[in-house]
Amino acid sequence: MVRTDTEIKQLTTVVRDFVREVVEPVAQTIEQEDLVPEKVTEQAKELGLFGLSIPTEYDGLGLNMTEKCMLLEELGKTHNGFTSLIGAHTGIGTVGIVELGNEEQKRRFLPEMARGERLGAFALSEPEAGSNAANLRTRAERKGDRYILNGMKHFITNGPEADVITVMAVTDPTKGAKGITSFLVEADTPGLSRGPADEKMGLRGSHTCQLFFEDVEVPVENRLGEEGQGYVNALKILANGRASLAARCLGSCEKLLELSMDYAMQRKQFGQPIFENQAVQHMLADTALEIETLRSLLYRVTSLVDQGEKVIKESAAVKLYASEVYNRVADRAVQIFGGMGYMKEFPVERFYRDARITRIYEGTSEIQRNIIAAQLKREYTR
Amino acid sequence: MNILVCLKQTFDTEERITIEDGQISDDGVEFVINPYDEYAVEEAIRLRDEHGGEVTVITVGPDRAEQALRTAMAMGADKGIIVDDEDLEDADEYSIAKVLAAVIDDLEYDIILGGYMAVDDGSAQVGPRLAELLEIPHISTITKLTVDGDKVEVEKDVEGDTETIESKLPILVTAQQGLNEPRYPSLPGIMKAKKKPLEQLDIDDLDLDEDELEGKTKVLETFLPPEKEAGKILEGELEDQVKELVGLLRNEAKVI
Repeated sequence: MVRTDTEIKQLTTVVRDFVREVVEPVAQTIEQEDLVPEKVTEQAKELGLFGLSIPTEYDGLGLNMTEKCMLLEELGKTHNGFTSLIGAHTGIGTVGIVELGNEEQKRRFLPEMARGERLGAFALSEPEAGSNAANLRTRAERKGDRYILNGMKHFITNGPEADVITVMAVTDPTKGAKGITSFLVEADTPGLSRGPADEKMGLRGSHTCQLFFEDVEVPVENRLGEEGQGYVNALKILANGRASLAARCLGSCEKLLELSMDYAMQRKQFGQPIFENQAVQHMLADTALEIETLRSLLYRVTSLVDQGEKVIKESAAVKLYASEVYNRVADRAVQIFGGMGYMKEFPVERFYRDARITRIYEGTSEIQRNIIAAQLKREYTR
Repeated sequence: MNILVCLKQTFDTEERITIEDGQISDDGVEFVINPYDEYAVEEAIRLRDEHGGEVTVITVGPDRAEQALRTAMAMGADKGIIVDDEDLEDADEYSIAKVLAAVIDDLEYDIILGGYMAVDDGSAQVGPRLAELLEIPHISTITKLTVDGDKVEVEKDVEGDTETIESKLPILVTAQQGLNEPRYPSLPGIMKAKKKPLEQLDIDDLDLDEDELEGKTKVLETFLPPEKEAGKILEGELEDQVKELVGLLRNEAKVI
């Protein structure tokens, strides 16, 4: 499907207006109450934001990766908890079904998820299986036309609210990573219970929790892909999310530059705006430079994805770079704001805390470097 | 119910105005649907959803104005008509109303909506002029609209109070702020808007004599309001200050 530039511009303008007029005014409320007001999520649903990754046949927007990232970039400019709520649903929460689901599964789940009537989540992490995703303990045993799931998951974004959860579980413990299978577990299935929402450093408004599986019966129709493909599936879903996460980071960096510039031009010390100090100018120049570099890398990766290229190294690179740039930019913003940057009444303090998780979740910076190195070894081994 | 909405594409209200060669420059400017027309579009969609029928959005303007129609269609309008204004010389409210009347003469309609004024020239004339040309009643600056059969009831603000007026279809009404809260065009709506029918007309396509369309007004000069100068703070004994102030008001400001 070919779209014109004006159409893309219309889409980004609508999201930008929505962020500015609907989300930004309640950003402090989200932070204080650790809750995105229902009014805002309802409007996001009406806007179609929950269908960012879903094809038009299933009532989604049918965007390519570049277009999706342009919209996520806009969403990155506001409260990251809100962005994460949408991002986890449209990323790891729905991408598995879109990429790996069969026709029946797509018809059954995607239209409702595109409209935001059902919220998605992705459950891979366990206490003993973080970066080492193959070390899962959650078991799935086949009994007739069902699988019986037992075990627990933790740090599951959207866990407390999710309706459809993509769960990775071991079907054959003798096969290691090749013994893992993915399932679509509906949250109202008996035996599935959730822990209380975790107390986090940031990303308030976006909730994570533990999930407990006690003899949870999952029909065979809800198996995503074949038995034993779960680990590869998980890696595919995660790889797909990397550019999206980078786009959110880019948006946040742009917002921080805007806030820092406004403040530096207006805040006066020693009889002049602090912007006139070369030390401050250099911080802002570095931020602008890193934003330009990140934007170039991001949209190069998304254009490769849209051309159907394999981008294992590149998508690891953009996730790694984006999250580290975001942390540096947030750090500089706090420095420019000085004491004000440490105060909760200004958004800079919030971005600084929210930035920290981006170097950890959806694959730590260290894992991204491992992926890049592994790809390098492949490229240079003859 | 056949509902027509006349709208204009205007500068985004957040744009800074710059003048080049005696004219307002639209270089790099973002354009939007005139905010008052947006209320009209929203009200039209609500009427359609309640009573059935179709919403047609109409504009007279350059190519870029198609964007405004597409946005209205993304909000929910069913089809659009754009009249290219290239052949219109020195057009003013009189000319635009004539063109719109010629377009609408060929259409079936029950109600016509528009914003009460455009935020760019602020003249608030096209709506009432159009109704006069079509020989239908009009009510301007409405804040509430109810249609029941062919009975129309509107409310409008008057001098700190609300006036209620009853009339009948067909009618033209213009929207004031407060009529409704316009929706955001949804993202799927934007995708679908591209496929909705858009009719493109030239002045030649209309049953009009071009000479008759020349505006009745002329713009003599365009200038920005003078920059605000810093105020003057008087000092010294109160009695002297009062004397100085009276002198300044008389000789400098020339207001007394």
